Amino acid sequence: MVENNSWSRFVTHCILILGVALVVFPVYLAVIASTHEAGTFLSGTLPLLPGSQGLENYKQVLFEGRSRAGTPPLHTMLWNSFVMAMTITIGKLLVSLLSAFAIVYFRFPFRMFFFWVIFLTLMLPVEVRIVPTFQVVADLGMLNSFAGLSIPLIASATATFLFRQFFMTIPEEMLEAARVDGAGPMKFFKDILLPLSITNIAALFVIMFIYGWNQYLWPLLITTDPEYYTIVMGIQRMVTGADAEPLWHLVMATVVLAALPPILVILFMQRLFVKGLTETEK
Amino acid sequence: MASIQINRLGKIYTGDVRAVSEIDLTIKDGEFIVLVGPSGCGKSTLLRMIAGLESISEGDLFIGERRVNDLEPSERDIAMVFQNYALYPHMTVYNNLGYGLKNRGFSKDEIKTRVDAIAKMLEITPFLERKPKALSGGQRQRVAMGRALVREPKVFLLDEPLSNLDAKLRVQMRLEIKQLQKRLKTTSLYVTHDQLEAMTLADRLVVLNQGRIEQVGSPMDVYNRPETLFVAQFIGSPSMNLIPFTEFQQSDNQQLLSHLPATTDILGIRPDQLLLSKPKEDALRLDCQVCLFEPAGAESHLYVKTPLGQDLTLRVDIDPQVRENTTLSVYIPLNKVHPFNQSSQRRTDIQ
Ligand SMILES: Nc1ncnc2c1ncn2[C@@H]1O[C@H](COP(=O)(O)OP(=O)(O)OP(=O)(O)O)[C@@H](O)[C@H]1O
Ligand SMILES: [Mg+2]
Repeated sequence: MVENNSWSRFVTHCILILGVALVVFPVYLAVIASTHEAGTFLSGTLPLLPGSQGLENYKQVLFEGRSRAGTPPLHTMLWNSFVMAMTITIGKLLVSLLSAFAIVYFRFPFRMFFFWVIFLTLMLPVEVRIVPTFQVVADLGMLNSFAGLSIPLIASATATFLFRQFFMTIPEEMLEAARVDGAGPMKFFKDILLPLSITNIAALFVIMFIYGWNQYLWPLLITTDPEYYTIVMGIQRMVTGADAEPLWHLVMATVVLAALPPILVILFMQRLFVKGLTETEK
Repeated sequence: MASIQINRLGKIYTGDVRAVSEIDLTIKDGEFIVLVGPSGCGKSTLLRMIAGLESISEGDLFIGERRVNDLEPSERDIAMVFQNYALYPHMTVYNNLGYGLKNRGFSKDEIKTRVDAIAKMLEITPFLERKPKALSGGQRQRVAMGRALVREPKVFLLDEPLSNLDAKLRVQMRLEIKQLQKRLKTTSLYVTHDQLEAMTLADRLVVLNQGRIEQVGSPMDVYNRPETLFVAQFIGSPSMNLIPFTEFQQSDNQQLLSHLPATTDILGIRPDQLLLSKPKEDALRLDCQVCLFEPAGAESHLYVKTPLGQDLTLRVDIDPQVRENTTLSVYIPLNKVHPFNQSSQRRTDIQ
């Protein structure tokens, strides 16, 4: 606290509330709009209180979909997104943990060379390599499949780099103590490195999950079969649907549903952070 | 339990850094060996080579009858206590102690029996369910000891295990380690640069300097008969005064010096054996200038300068009542001196 008189507290709170309102208001509008009838959103005046159509709207998007716009029911898209995000997240974590483990704890030829190669790929996000990657995935016959959706996004320089930095802060004696205690490399990895990294894993899990969930361009490119549509690209399909007016109330319901899983993941993982932070510190 | 045989052991780190050379040492079963030496002399390196944490560049190492040069640490049947303890932070004390046993395929019951016994011995039973960070430094130290003891290894290796403790706790743990080792009779190697620890713990002391052994012997032997100039200066605090022959110009001194072995050209004398009054036995005399008196009870020190400008330290038990910059005679009893040769760096009265 810099100063604690009631006036300055009033002002700071006003500013903070204003800031929060700026961020929250559009979200609030989306939630509200998703509970009204089709015409309300377009009539010019936006109602600020929930309407009566909420249940109907959500039922419709979740289970019927909009066949005219060519989008499947939302629950399929939600599931697809979930599978894709989880595969990417878990894949990224596994690959990066193991590669960081190799780079830090094993001496093999060209170790630093490989490290720098991995590091360099940091500069090549999906969007940059999207055309050649598409070619490869198409040639492998992986269009319209979960494998095609997730595998190309799994390699992760960021996570490898972060885990490497973290592993390097673990005192060398820890490894030596484990060696004396008869733990081989994989046992050391499983019994000591993994539990020590749990907070980092939880943090990266959240970041990676949201990264995977929000993928837009890639699923748009490689899926043509509605069976494999993900929700983020599904929103786009709905807005630019075949016929004239997008059904905004349904779009809003979709948007709300699309935003929900990342929030749930954050809430769930937050407990792990706190637990990890308080328990596994040295 | 086992003896250790070390034959011409050497270590060269990458980049041609030679850390240890030509170590020959036989350690008897159940012996407590302390490695001492200045920082960077290769104590840790030698210990880690024995542990198997550092590869052996030259020579052979036997633990018991087995040549263990190429064995993993876990196959050598050794246990090690690290300076920073290296406890597993995410495991409870119980699991820290049991981890090595678990990896060796002990059953749950056996692990429990052994861990409980060790915990009782080290008085850490109340902490078994805690994580290391919820322990004090001394308690962590005990856990680290326990983790090493619980496996009942043939050889016990300790690398400055007490250096992170405060002075009082250090003395207490030192005593406990000594008693423990006496009881268990496990062959032990202990690295320290604390002289007092070295002197009190060791059955035999190994003094290292620049990767080589300077002297091996019981603490009192090493203290009473240092074989090299390095050991003479390194062991004992305050360290031994070394006085070159050129200091003794007076004719009466010259006559006495001829009693010493012919190659002697430097004399060592401990600070507590220099005298301020002429003793009955033969003694050399130096007229020195008083520099400083440091009163500290029984350990009071008097610093003086010889005519040629060399500093000497005297230990005195009463205030000598001298003023700075006055001159006084310092007597060196001939039967207490350690004769050395400057160019060979060795003691000259070895048969
Ligand atoms: N990994 C390494 N690579 C190269 N040189 C090393 C390595 N480890 C140690 N050395 C060198 O080997 C020599 C001996 O080191 P060592 O750690 O054995 O000293 P020490 O006697 O244990 O010292 P201290 O009392 O400070 O712990 C030192 O000169 C050190 O610089
Ligand atoms: Mg050391």
